[in-house]
Amino acid sequence: MRGLIFCLIFLAGSAHAVIEAYEFKSAQMEASYLKLIDELRCLVCQNQNLSGSNADLARDLRRQTYEMLMQGNSPDQVVQFMVDRYGDFVLYRPRLKSSTLLLWLGPFVLLVLVLAFVIRRMYRMQKLVPPNADALQRARQLLSDSQE
Amino acid sequence: MRYRIPLAVFIIMVVLLGYGLSLDPKKVPSPLIGKPAPEFSLARLGNPQQRFAQEDLLGQVWVLNVWASWCVSCRAEHEFITRLSEQNLVAVIGLNYKDDPVEARQWLEQFGNPYTISVMDRDGRVGIDWGVYGVPETFIIGKDGLIKYKHIGPVTQESLNNEVIPVLHKLIG
Repeated sequence: MRGLIFCLIFLAGSAHAVIEAYEFKSAQMEASYLKLIDELRCLVCQNQNLSGSNADLARDLRRQTYEMLMQGNSPDQVVQFMVDRYGDFVLYRPRLKSSTLLLWLGPFVLLVLVLAFVIRRMYRMQKLVPPNADALQRARQLLSDSQE
Repeated sequence: MRYRIPLAVFIIMVVLLGYGLSLDPKKVPSPLIGKPAPEFSLARLGNPQQRFAQEDLLGQVWVLNVWASWCVSCRAEHEFITRLSEQNLVAVIGLNYKDDPVEARQWLEQFGNPYTISVMDRDGRVGIDWGVYGVPETFIIGKDGLIKYKHIGPVTQESLNNEVIPVLHKLIG
């Protein structure tokens, strides 16, 4: 069963809409290309990356990516080219900078806060006030009565 | 009130989510505002031997409107682009984006041509340089050649009167 689920997840991940067959100078360049079109957003469809979208703009941006790599640009230069024109939104993996600090660190801050809260709670529960001597005596009495 | 903290957290979340709903995810802020207008030199629609380059308008305030005959919302904003050009404030340059020249010319004949000049960006490369992703888009370029304003989607009566025209008046001075 688990194997089947893994298979399905894998299949879903590789369901690309890419139709162009590009020739690359090296396997490494092809890997960079595939990585880039996975990480760049198609701005028309917004919830798809360039590799998963059939939109016209996605096709043009794939062509742009391919051409820039073939001209010897590094993947970082391609990303910078896209960000210069379309803004940070084109990146599926937002950059770490002052305006995205909350986005990157927020979940960890929340985790720490929740953990602190839970630990404090657990600690408090352990330190419940022990019953006073009278109450203890009465409880013992009741228990022994019920056993007879 | 032992539920004070969870209630406060809940209210904060509702307010934040409500604010999120009021935003338009289609409105992506352009990084090009305040940057130099990307250079281009393209053949003119209807007169392909002549080219038009954006340097030709350096020192002037002008409008670049990205349009296409296949674009439905361009039809919707056509009336307001026409109104803009009728005011004779500035040159309104049409960037005919990924279009067929024959269909584009027919479109202009049928509905009227509001553009001072239209140029053809058939493969969409100039569009990429201008960060175009949703036709129609409208840019305003200042005398210094910097992009001052960008409107994504069709220009409406409201955005024409409240944004485009006031921005133009301010830039013309």
